[in-house]
Amino acid sequence: MPSPRYWREVPARYRLEGARCRECEKVVFPRRRVCPACRGNHLEPMRLSRSGRVVTSTVVHVAPTDLGMEAPYPVAVIETHEGARLMAQVTDCEPSEVKPGLEVSLEFRRIRREGHSGILCYGYKAVPSR
Amino acid sequence: MREVAIVGTGMTRFGELWESSLRDLFAEAALAAIEDAGVDHLDSIYVGNMSAGRFVGQEHLGPLMADQIGMAGVAATRVESACASGGVALRTAFLEVASGASDLVLASGVEKMTDGADVTDVLATAADQELEAYQGITFPGLYAMIARAHMEAHGTTEEDLARVTIKNHHHGALNPKAQFRREFTLAQVLGSAMVAEPLRLLHCSPVSDGAAAVLVCPLELARHYTDRPVKIIGSGLATAPMALADRRDPAALDAVKRSAERAYEMAESDPGKIQVAEVHDCFSISEICCTEELGLVERGRGGQAVQSGETALGGRLPVNTSGGLKSKGHPVGATGIAQAIEIYQQLRGEAGDRQVPDAHCGLTQNMGGSGASSVVHIFERA
Repeated sequence: MPSPRYWREVPARYRLEGARCRECEKVVFPRRRVCPACRGNHLEPMRLSRSGRVVTSTVVHVAPTDLGMEAPYPVAVIETHEGARLMAQVTDCEPSEVKPGLEVSLEFRRIRREGHSGILCYGYKAVPSR
Repeated sequence: MREVAIVGTGMTRFGELWESSLRDLFAEAALAAIEDAGVDHLDSIYVGNMSAGRFVGQEHLGPLMADQIGMAGVAATRVESACASGGVALRTAFLEVASGASDLVLASGVEKMTDGADVTDVLATAADQELEAYQGITFPGLYAMIARAHMEAHGTTEEDLARVTIKNHHHGALNPKAQFRREFTLAQVLGSAMVAEPLRLLHCSPVSDGAAAVLVCPLELARHYTDRPVKIIGSGLATAPMALADRRDPAALDAVKRSAERAYEMAESDPGKIQVAEVHDCFSISEICCTEELGLVERGRGGQAVQSGETALGGRLPVNTSGGLKSKGHPVGATGIAQAIEIYQQLRGEAGDRQVPDAHCGLTQNMGGSGASSVVHIFERA
Protein backbone atom coordinates (compact mmCIF):
# COMPACT_ATOMS: atom_id res chain seq x y z
CA MET A 1 0.00 0.00 0.00
CA PRO A 2 1.48 3.42 -0.92
CA SER A 3 2.59 5.14 2.26
CA PRO A 4 0.88 8.52 1.63
CA ARG A 5 -2.40 6.66 2.13
CA TYR A 6 -1.25 5.80 5.62
CA TRP A 7 -0.76 9.36 6.75
CA ARG A 8 -3.95 10.53 5.08
CA GLU A 9 -6.11 7.71 6.40
CA VAL A 10 -4.48 6.38 9.55
CA PRO A 11 -3.33 9.38 11.61
CA ALA A 12 -3.73 7.22 14.75
CA ARG A 13 -0.51 5.46 13.81
CA TYR A 14 1.62 8.51 14.55
CA ARG A 15 -0.28 9.93 17.51
CA LEU A 16 -1.52 6.73 19.22
CA GLU A 17 -4.97 8.19 18.93
CA GLY A 18 -7.73 5.91 20.15
CA ALA A 19 -11.19 6.61 21.51
CA ARG A 20 -13.27 5.96 24.61
CA CYS A 21 -16.93 4.95 24.31
CA ARG A 22 -19.09 7.42 26.21
CA GLU A 23 -21.68 4.72 26.95
CA CYS A 24 -19.64 1.73 28.11
CA GLU A 25 -16.15 3.22 28.67
CA LYS A 26 -14.45 0.74 26.32
CA VAL A 27 -11.20 2.07 24.90
CA VAL A 28 -10.50 1.21 21.27
CA PHE A 29 -7.48 1.71 19.06
CA PRO A 30 -7.57 3.22 16.53
CA ARG A 31 -10.71 5.39 16.50
CA ARG A 32 -13.74 3.86 14.87
CA ARG A 33 -17.34 4.89 14.26
CA VAL A 34 -19.14 2.31 16.37
CA CYS A 35 -18.15 0.80 19.72
CA PRO A 36 -17.46 -2.93 19.18
CA ALA A 37 -18.63 -3.70 22.72
CA CYS A 38 -21.99 -1.87 22.96
CA ARG A 39 -22.60 -0.48 19.44
CA GLY A 40 -22.73 3.01 20.89
CA ASN A 41 -21.68 5.70 18.43
CA HIS A 42 -20.39 8.34 20.80
CA LEU A 43 -16.68 7.67 20.88
CA GLU A 44 -14.46 10.43 22.19
CA PRO A 45 -10.96 10.68 20.76
CA MET A 46 -8.20 10.18 23.28
CA ARG A 47 -4.43 9.82 23.18
CA LEU A 48 -3.24 6.53 24.64
CA SER A 49 -0.53 6.59 27.26
CA ARG A 50 2.62 4.99 25.90
CA SER A 51 2.76 2.22 28.47
CA GLY A 52 1.34 -1.27 28.39
CA ARG A 53 2.10 -4.97 28.77
CA VAL A 54 2.47 -7.99 26.50
CA VAL A 55 -0.60 -10.26 26.21
CA THR A 56 0.79 -12.83 23.75
CA SER A 57 3.66 -12.83 21.29
CA THR A 58 5.70 -14.64 18.68
CA VAL A 59 9.08 -14.28 17.04
CA VAL A 60 8.80 -14.03 13.25
CA HIS A 61 11.58 -15.94 11.49
CA VAL A 62 10.10 -16.04 7.97
CA ALA A 63 9.23 -12.39 7.28
CA PRO A 64 7.25 -10.51 4.64
CA THR A 65 9.29 -9.25 1.67
CA ASP A 66 9.84 -5.72 3.01
CA LEU A 67 11.11 -7.01 6.36
CA GLY A 68 13.27 -9.91 5.19
CA MET A 69 16.47 -8.36 6.51
CA GLU A 70 14.99 -7.67 9.96
CA ALA A 71 14.12 -11.26 10.92
CA PRO A 72 14.00 -12.74 13.46
CA TYR A 73 11.93 -10.11 15.30
CA PRO A 74 9.30 -10.37 18.07
CA VAL A 75 5.72 -9.20 17.51
CA ALA A 76 3.21 -8.96 20.36
CA VAL A 77 -0.35 -8.06 21.25
CA ILE A 78 0.04 -5.20 23.73
CA GLU A 79 -2.61 -3.98 26.16
CA THR A 80 -2.15 -0.34 27.15
CA HIS A 81 -2.95 0.79 30.67
CA GLU A 82 -6.27 2.22 29.44
CA GLY A 83 -7.26 -1.25 28.18
CA ALA A 84 -6.78 -0.71 24.44
CA ARG A 85 -5.10 -3.58 22.59
CA LEU A 86 -2.85 -3.32 19.55
CA MET A 87 -0.22 -5.33 17.72
CA ALA A 88 3.36 -4.11 17.53
CA GLN A 89 6.92 -5.26 17.08
CA VAL A 90 8.94 -5.41 20.26
CA THR A 91 12.41 -4.02 19.82
CA ASP A 92 15.64 -3.11 21.66
CA CYS A 93 15.63 -6.47 23.47
CA GLU A 94 16.40 -10.15 23.06
CA PRO A 95 13.42 -11.92 21.43
CA SER A 96 13.40 -14.45 24.28
CA GLU A 97 12.65 -11.66 26.80
CA VAL A 98 9.21 -11.09 25.29
CA LYS A 99 6.74 -12.95 27.54
CA PRO A 100 3.15 -12.31 28.69
CA GLY A 101 3.13 -9.54 31.29
CA LEU A 102 6.33 -7.85 30.05
CA GLU A 103 5.95 -4.08 30.64
CA VAL A 104 6.63 -2.04 27.53
CA SER A 105 6.43 1.52 26.31
CA LEU A 106 5.26 2.40 22.81
CA GLU A 107 7.70 4.53 20.87
CA PHE A 108 7.78 6.21 17.48
CA ARG A 109 9.99 4.15 15.18
CA ARG A 110 10.67 3.31 11.57
CA ILE A 111 8.64 0.23 10.65
CA ARG A 112 9.81 -0.59 7.12
CA ARG A 113 11.27 0.57 3.82
CA GLU A 114 8.51 0.15 1.31
CA GLY A 115 8.99 -1.72 -1.98
CA HIS A 116 11.64 -0.94 -4.57
CA SER A 117 11.54 2.81 -3.94
CA GLY A 118 12.50 2.27 -0.30
CA ILE A 119 10.11 4.90 1.07
CA LEU A 120 10.46 5.01 4.86
CA CYS A 121 7.31 4.11 6.77
CA TYR A 122 6.93 5.03 10.43
CA GLY A 123 4.69 3.99 13.30
CA TYR A 124 4.90 2.59 16.83
CA LYS A 125 7.02 -0.22 18.25
CA ALA A 126 7.12 -1.51 21.81
CA VAL A 127 10.29 -1.25 23.89
CA PRO A 128 10.62 -3.09 27.23
CA SER A 129 10.43 -0.66 30.18
CA ARG A 130 13.69 -0.77 32.11
CA MET B 1 -36.40 -24.49 2.87
CA ARG B 2 -35.95 -27.51 0.59
CA GLU B 3 -33.67 -30.36 1.60
CA VAL B 4 -30.37 -30.23 -0.31
CA ALA B 5 -27.93 -32.95 -1.37
CA ILE B 6 -24.56 -33.35 -3.05
CA VAL B 7 -24.75 -35.66 -6.08
CA GLY B 8 -21.36 -35.38 -7.75
CA THR B 9 -17.80 -34.34 -6.99
CA GLY B 10 -14.53 -33.65 -8.75
CA MET B 11 -11.11 -32.45 -7.71
CA THR B 12 -7.60 -32.12 -8.99
CA ARG B 13 -4.65 -33.56 -7.16
CA PHE B 14 -3.34 -30.91 -4.76
CA GLY B 15 0.29 -29.87 -5.04
CA GLU B 16 2.81 -27.76 -6.92
CA LEU B 17 1.16 -28.19 -10.30
CA TRP B 18 3.57 -26.14 -12.38
CA GLU B 19 2.01 -27.09 -15.71
CA SER B 20 -1.58 -26.16 -14.74
CA SER B 21 -3.05 -22.65 -14.88
CA LEU B 22 -5.87 -21.27 -12.73
CA ARG B 23 -8.42 -22.02 -15.45
CA ASP B 24 -6.99 -25.51 -16.14
CA LEU B 25 -7.38 -26.40 -12.48
CA PHE B 26 -10.97 -25.15 -12.32
CA ALA B 27 -11.98 -26.89 -15.54
CA GLU B 28 -10.52 -30.24 -14.46
CA ALA B 29 -12.43 -30.25 -11.16
CA ALA B 30 -15.67 -28.77 -12.51
CA LEU B 31 -15.90 -31.12 -15.51
CA ALA B 32 -15.20 -34.11 -13.27
CA ALA B 33 -18.07 -33.12 -10.94
CA ILE B 34 -20.44 -32.55 -13.87
CA GLU B 35 -19.50 -35.91 -15.37
CA ASP B 36 -19.75 -37.66 -12.01
CA ALA B 37 -23.35 -36.47 -11.58
CA GLY B 38 -24.17 -36.86 -15.27
CA VAL B 39 -25.87 -33.46 -15.60
CA ASP B 40 -26.18 -31.69 -18.96
CA HIS B 41 -26.78 -28.16 -17.70
CA LEU B 42 -26.25 -25.92 -14.66
CA ASP B 43 -28.45 -23.18 -13.20
CA SER B 44 -25.61 -21.45 -11.44
CA ILE B 45 -21.90 -21.60 -10.55
CA TYR B 46 -20.06 -20.32 -7.49
CA VAL B 47 -16.27 -20.07 -7.59
CA GLY B 48 -14.61 -19.88 -4.18
CA ASN B 49 -11.30 -18.08 -4.55
CA MET B 50 -9.24 -16.01 -2.17
CA SER B 51 -6.90 -13.95 -4.28
CA ALA B 52 -6.46 -14.84 -7.95
CA GLY B 53 -6.12 -11.07 -8.42
CA ARG B 54 -2.94 -11.01 -6.36
CA PHE B 55 -1.62 -14.49 -7.15
CA VAL B 56 -2.00 -14.46 -10.94
CA GLY B 57 -3.56 -11.05 -11.73
CA GLN B 58 -6.99 -12.42 -12.63
CA GLU B 59 -10.28 -11.14 -11.19
CA HIS B 60 -13.85 -11.63 -12.46
CA LEU B 61 -13.68 -15.40 -12.19
CA GLY B 62 -17.42 -16.10 -12.59
CA PRO B 63 -17.74 -15.54 -16.33
CA LEU B 64 -14.19 -16.69 -17.07
CA MET B 65 -14.74 -20.07 -15.45
CA ALA B 66 -18.28 -20.56 -16.78
CA ASP B 67 -16.93 -20.02 -20.30
CA GLN B 68 -14.02 -22.42 -19.72
CA ILE B 69 -16.45 -25.30 -19.18
CA GLY B 70 -18.73 -24.37 -22.08
CA MET B 71 -21.32 -22.77 -19.82
CA ALA B 72 -21.10 -19.10 -20.89
CA GLY B 73 -24.51 -17.62 -20.17
CA VAL B 74 -24.99 -19.44 -16.85
CA ALA B 75 -25.15 -17.30 -13.69
CA ALA B 76 -21.65 -17.40 -12.18
CA THR B 77 -20.05 -15.49 -9.31
CA ARG B 78 -16.84 -15.56 -7.33
CA VAL B 79 -17.19 -15.92 -3.55
CA GLU B 80 -14.46 -14.66 -1.22
CA SER B 81 -13.85 -15.15 2.47
CA ALA B 82 -10.06 -15.63 2.46
CA CYS B 83 -9.19 -19.28 3.23
CA ALA B 84 -12.90 -19.99 3.86
CA SER B 85 -13.87 -19.00 0.32
CA GLY B 86 -14.62 -22.60 -0.72
CA GLY B 87 -16.79 -23.30 2.31
CA VAL B 88 -18.70 -20.07 1.80
CA ALA B 89 -19.17 -20.94 -1.91
CA LEU B 90 -20.73 -24.24 -0.79
CA ARG B 91 -22.98 -22.40 1.66
CA THR B 92 -24.08 -19.94 -1.02
CA ALA B 93 -24.93 -22.81 -3.39
CA PHE B 94 -26.74 -24.64 -0.57
CA LEU B 95 -28.87 -21.57 0.22
CA GLU B 96 -29.69 -21.01 -3.47
CA VAL B 97 -30.94 -24.57 -3.86
CA ALA B 98 -32.67 -24.63 -0.46
CA SER B 99 -34.54 -21.43 -1.33
CA GLY B 100 -35.95 -22.96 -4.49
CA ALA B 101 -34.27 -20.38 -6.74
CA SER B 102 -32.13 -23.00 -8.54
CA ASP B 103 -31.97 -26.76 -8.95
CA LEU B 104 -28.48 -27.54 -10.23
CA VAL B 105 -25.67 -25.49 -8.73
CA LEU B 106 -21.94 -26.09 -9.01
CA ALA B 107 -20.06 -25.07 -5.85
CA SER B 108 -16.36 -24.91 -6.57
CA GLY B 109 -13.10 -23.55 -5.29
CA VAL B 110 -9.76 -22.91 -6.94
CA GLU B 111 -6.40 -21.36 -6.11
CA LYS B 112 -3.17 -21.10 -8.10
CA MET B 113 -0.55 -20.21 -5.50
CA THR B 114 2.75 -21.28 -7.06
CA ASP B 115 4.56 -19.49 -9.86
CA GLY B 116 3.21 -16.01 -9.11
CA ALA B 117 3.29 -13.39 -6.38
CA ASP B 118 5.02 -13.77 -2.99
CA VAL B 119 2.69 -16.12 -1.10
CA THR B 120 3.47 -14.75 2.39
CA ASP B 121 2.57 -11.23 1.24
CA VAL B 122 -0.66 -12.32 -0.48
CA LEU B 123 -1.88 -14.43 2.44
CA ALA B 124 -1.21 -11.50 4.79
CA THR B 125 -4.00 -9.61 3.00
CA ALA B 126 -6.45 -11.82 4.93
CA ALA B 127 -5.26 -10.11 8.13
CA ASP B 128 -5.97 -6.50 9.07
CA GLN B 129 -3.67 -4.59 6.70
CA GLU B 130 -3.50 -1.40 8.73
CA LEU B 131 -3.19 -2.83 12.22
CA GLU B 132 -1.47 -6.20 11.71
CA ALA B 133 0.27 -6.75 8.38
CA TYR B 134 1.84 -3.26 8.47
CA GLN B 135 3.58 -4.16 11.74
CA GLY B 136 5.34 -7.09 10.08
CA ILE B 137 3.17 -9.95 11.27
CA THR B 138 2.68 -12.93 8.95
CA PHE B 139 -0.05 -15.56 8.92
CA PRO B 140 2.08 -18.16 10.69
CA GLY B 141 2.90 -15.35 13.14
CA LEU B 142 -0.77 -14.75 13.98
CA TYR B 143 -1.38 -18.46 14.59
CA ALA B 144 1.86 -18.60 16.57
CA MET B 145 0.41 -15.99 18.94
CA ILE B 146 -2.79 -18.01 19.20
CA ALA B 147 -0.62 -21.07 19.97
CA ARG B 148 1.29 -19.32 22.73
CA ALA B 149 -1.96 -18.05 24.24
CA HIS B 150 -3.42 -21.58 24.11
CA MET B 151 -0.26 -23.03 25.67
CA GLU B 152 -0.41 -20.43 28.44
CA ALA B 153 -4.13 -21.01 29.13
CA HIS B 154 -4.39 -24.79 28.72
CA GLY B 155 -0.89 -26.24 28.99
CA THR B 156 -0.78 -27.29 25.34
CA THR B 157 2.76 -28.36 24.42
CA GLU B 158 5.02 -28.24 21.37
CA GLU B 159 4.72 -32.01 21.24
CA ASP B 160 0.90 -31.71 21.05
CA LEU B 161 1.34 -29.42 18.04
CA ALA B 162 3.72 -31.90 16.42
CA ARG B 163 1.28 -34.79 16.97
CA VAL B 164 -1.30 -33.00 14.80
CA THR B 165 1.22 -32.96 11.94
CA ILE B 166 2.17 -36.60 12.48
CA LYS B 167 -1.48 -37.72 12.55
CA ASN B 168 -2.52 -35.75 9.49
CA HIS B 169 0.45 -36.93 7.44
CA HIS B 170 -0.36 -40.50 8.50
CA HIS B 171 -3.85 -39.96 7.06
CA GLY B 172 -2.67 -38.04 4.00
CA ALA B 173 -0.23 -40.78 3.05
CA LEU B 174 -3.37 -42.84 2.29
CA ASN B 175 -4.93 -40.15 0.05
CA PRO B 176 -4.05 -40.28 -3.67
CA LYS B 177 -4.99 -36.57 -4.06
CA ALA B 178 -2.69 -35.38 -1.26
CA GLN B 179 0.29 -33.10 -1.89
CA PHE B 180 2.60 -34.78 0.64
CA ARG B 181 1.93 -38.51 0.86
CA ARG B 182 4.56 -39.23 3.45
CA GLU B 183 4.81 -39.73 7.19
CA PHE B 184 6.90 -37.66 9.61
CA THR B 185 8.47 -38.53 12.97
CA LEU B 186 8.33 -36.40 16.10
CA ALA B 187 12.04 -35.64 15.75
CA GLN B 188 11.56 -34.44 12.16
CA VAL B 189 8.71 -32.09 13.14
CA LEU B 190 10.53 -30.68 16.18
CA GLY B 191 13.72 -30.33 14.14
CA SER B 192 12.16 -28.50 11.19
CA ALA B 193 12.98 -24.83 10.56
CA MET B 194 11.35 -22.20 12.75
CA VAL B 195 8.76 -20.06 10.94
CA ALA B 196 7.18 -18.07 13.80
CA GLU B 197 7.81 -19.26 17.36
CA PRO B 198 6.56 -21.80 18.40
CA LEU B 199 5.42 -22.86 14.89
CA ARG B 200 7.91 -24.68 12.69
CA LEU B 201 7.77 -25.48 8.99
CA LEU B 202 6.12 -28.85 9.65
CA HIS B 203 3.36 -27.19 11.70
CA CYS B 204 2.32 -25.16 8.63
CA SER B 205 0.15 -26.19 5.70
CA PRO B 206 1.98 -25.96 2.36
CA VAL B 207 1.65 -23.67 -0.64
CA SER B 208 -0.56 -25.53 -3.12
CA ASP B 209 -2.35 -25.38 -6.43
CA GLY B 210 -5.67 -27.14 -6.82
CA ALA B 211 -9.39 -27.04 -7.43
CA ALA B 212 -12.45 -28.90 -6.21
CA ALA B 213 -16.12 -28.88 -7.17
CA VAL B 214 -19.37 -30.42 -5.98
CA LEU B 215 -22.78 -30.50 -7.59
CA VAL B 216 -25.66 -29.50 -5.32
CA CYS B 217 -29.37 -30.13 -6.02
CA PRO B 218 -32.66 -30.56 -4.15
CA LEU B 219 -32.90 -33.91 -2.36
CA GLU B 220 -36.10 -34.70 -4.28
CA LEU B 221 -34.10 -34.69 -7.55
CA ALA B 222 -30.92 -36.25 -6.16
CA ARG B 223 -31.66 -39.85 -7.13
CA HIS B 224 -31.80 -38.89 -10.79
CA TYR B 225 -28.05 -38.31 -10.54
CA THR B 226 -26.77 -40.80 -7.97
CA ASP B 227 -28.08 -43.72 -5.95
CA ARG B 228 -26.27 -42.49 -2.83
CA PRO B 229 -26.74 -38.75 -2.37
CA VAL B 230 -25.32 -37.05 0.72
CA LYS B 231 -27.56 -34.47 2.39
CA ILE B 232 -26.33 -31.13 3.69
CA ILE B 233 -28.41 -30.85 6.86
CA GLY B 234 -26.80 -27.81 8.47
CA SER B 235 -24.84 -24.74 7.44
CA GLY B 236 -23.48 -22.01 9.70
CA LEU B 237 -21.34 -18.96 8.98
CA ALA B 238 -20.00 -16.54 11.55
CA THR B 239 -17.49 -13.72 11.91
CA ALA B 240 -15.26 -12.38 14.68
CA PRO B 241 -13.08 -9.25 14.88
CA MET B 242 -10.40 -9.28 12.14
CA ALA B 243 -7.54 -8.15 14.34
CA LEU B 244 -6.27 -10.60 16.94
CA ALA B 245 -5.81 -7.68 19.35
CA ASP B 246 -9.55 -6.98 19.15
CA ARG B 247 -10.60 -10.47 20.31
CA ARG B 248 -11.65 -10.96 23.91
CA ASP B 249 -9.16 -13.87 24.23
CA PRO B 250 -6.47 -14.59 21.64
CA ALA B 251 -6.73 -18.32 22.41
CA ALA B 252 -10.47 -18.40 21.57
CA LEU B 253 -11.91 -18.67 18.06
CA ASP B 254 -15.41 -17.30 18.63
CA ALA B 255 -16.37 -17.39 14.94
CA VAL B 256 -15.74 -21.14 14.88
CA LYS B 257 -17.92 -21.68 17.94
CA ARG B 258 -20.76 -19.53 16.56
CA SER B 259 -20.65 -21.06 13.08
CA ALA B 260 -20.85 -24.52 14.66
CA GLU B 261 -23.75 -23.56 16.92
CA ARG B 262 -25.67 -22.26 13.89
CA ALA B 263 -24.97 -25.42 11.87
CA TYR B 264 -25.89 -27.76 14.74
CA GLU B 265 -29.12 -25.82 15.28
CA MET B 266 -30.15 -26.00 11.62
CA ALA B 267 -29.27 -29.71 11.50
CA GLU B 268 -30.99 -30.39 14.85
CA SER B 269 -27.75 -32.14 15.68
CA ASP B 270 -24.95 -31.93 18.23
CA PRO B 271 -21.24 -32.78 18.46
CA GLY B 272 -22.04 -36.23 19.87
CA LYS B 273 -23.58 -37.27 16.55
CA ILE B 274 -20.52 -36.43 14.43
CA GLN B 275 -18.51 -39.51 13.39
CA VAL B 276 -15.91 -37.93 11.09
CA ALA B 277 -14.79 -34.32 10.69
CA GLU B 278 -12.64 -32.25 8.36
CA VAL B 279 -11.30 -29.32 10.36
CA HIS B 280 -9.28 -26.28 9.23
CA ASP B 281 -5.70 -27.25 10.21
CA CYS B 282 -3.88 -24.48 8.33
CA PHE B 283 -1.46 -24.65 11.27
CA SER B 284 -1.34 -27.50 13.76
CA ILE B 285 -2.60 -25.22 16.56
CA SER B 286 -5.75 -24.45 14.59
CA GLU B 287 -6.87 -28.09 14.59
CA ILE B 288 -6.46 -28.13 18.38
CA CYS B 289 -8.42 -24.88 18.84
CA CYS B 290 -11.12 -25.75 16.28
CA THR B 291 -11.90 -29.24 17.59
CA GLU B 292 -12.50 -27.56 20.96
CA GLU B 293 -14.66 -24.75 19.57
CA LEU B 294 -16.70 -27.26 17.54
CA GLY B 295 -17.43 -29.17 20.75
CA LEU B 296 -15.79 -32.31 19.35
CA VAL B 297 -13.37 -32.36 22.30
CA GLU B 298 -13.54 -30.65 25.68
CA ARG B 299 -12.08 -27.11 25.94
CA GLY B 300 -8.37 -27.27 26.72
CA ARG B 301 -8.17 -30.96 25.74
CA GLY B 302 -7.51 -30.47 22.02
CA GLY B 303 -3.84 -31.36 22.40
CA GLN B 304 -4.49 -34.41 24.57
CA ALA B 305 -7.13 -35.68 22.12
CA VAL B 306 -4.45 -35.83 19.45
CA GLN B 307 -1.87 -37.40 21.79
CA SER B 308 -4.30 -40.14 22.84
CA GLY B 309 -5.25 -41.06 19.27
CA GLU B 310 -8.91 -40.12 19.81
CA THR B 311 -8.92 -38.02 16.64
CA ALA B 312 -6.85 -40.40 14.50
CA LEU B 313 -8.21 -43.06 12.12
CA GLY B 314 -9.37 -45.89 14.36
CA GLY B 315 -10.05 -43.47 17.23
CA ARG B 316 -13.32 -42.22 18.74
CA LEU B 317 -13.76 -39.38 16.24
CA PRO B 318 -11.30 -39.29 13.31
CA VAL B 319 -10.41 -35.70 12.32
CA ASN B 320 -8.90 -34.84 8.94
CA THR B 321 -8.93 -38.31 7.44
CA SER B 322 -8.02 -36.68 4.10
CA GLY B 323 -4.69 -35.57 5.55
CA GLY B 324 -6.12 -32.15 6.29
CA LEU B 325 -4.69 -28.95 4.94
CA LYS B 326 -1.33 -30.00 6.35
CA SER B 327 -0.73 -33.12 4.24
CA LYS B 328 -3.37 -32.94 1.51
CA GLY B 329 -2.40 -29.34 0.70
CA HIS B 330 -4.13 -25.98 1.04
CA PRO B 331 -4.95 -24.22 -2.24
CA VAL B 332 -6.90 -21.75 -0.11
CA GLY B 333 -10.02 -21.18 -2.22
CA ALA B 334 -10.42 -24.91 -2.94
CA THR B 335 -9.99 -26.17 0.61
CA GLY B 336 -13.60 -25.82 1.82
CA ILE B 337 -14.92 -27.80 -1.15
CA ALA B 338 -12.24 -30.49 -0.84
CA GLN B 339 -13.25 -30.95 2.82
CA ALA B 340 -16.85 -31.57 1.70
CA ILE B 341 -15.64 -34.12 -0.86
CA GLU B 342 -13.79 -36.09 1.83
CA ILE B 343 -16.94 -36.25 3.97
CA TYR B 344 -19.03 -37.16 0.89
CA GLN B 345 -16.71 -40.08 0.21
CA GLN B 346 -16.68 -41.14 3.86
CA LEU B 347 -20.49 -41.16 4.10
CA ARG B 348 -20.76 -43.14 0.86
CA GLY B 349 -18.20 -45.67 2.08
CA GLU B 350 -15.76 -44.75 -0.71
CA ALA B 351 -12.78 -43.52 1.31
CA GLY B 352 -10.72 -46.68 0.79
CA ASP B 353 -7.90 -47.10 3.30
CA ARG B 354 -9.09 -43.95 5.07
CA GLN B 355 -12.65 -45.21 5.58
CA VAL B 356 -14.28 -44.59 8.97
CA PRO B 357 -16.46 -47.69 9.47
CA ASP B 358 -20.18 -47.08 8.93
CA ALA B 359 -19.96 -43.28 9.05
CA HIS B 360 -23.34 -41.70 8.41
CA CYS B 361 -22.87 -38.19 9.84
CA GLY B 362 -19.92 -35.86 9.22
CA LEU B 363 -18.85 -32.25 9.60
CA THR B 364 -16.62 -29.77 7.79
CA GLN B 365 -15.21 -26.54 9.21
CA ASN B 366 -13.41 -24.01 7.02
CA MET B 367 -11.88 -20.83 8.41
CA GLY B 368 -10.79 -17.47 6.99
CA GLY B 369 -7.83 -15.41 8.14
CA SER B 370 -6.75 -15.90 11.72
CA GLY B 371 -10.30 -17.03 12.54
CA ALA B 372 -12.27 -13.90 11.59
CA SER B 373 -14.64 -16.02 9.51
CA SER B 374 -15.67 -19.64 9.86
CA VAL B 375 -18.19 -21.80 8.03
CA VAL B 376 -19.44 -25.19 9.20
CA HIS B 377 -21.46 -27.78 7.30
CA ILE B 378 -23.04 -30.95 8.60
CA PHE B 379 -23.70 -33.87 6.25
CA GLU B 380 -25.78 -37.01 6.52
CA ARG B 381 -26.27 -40.09 4.38
CA ALA B 382 -29.56 -39.76 2.50
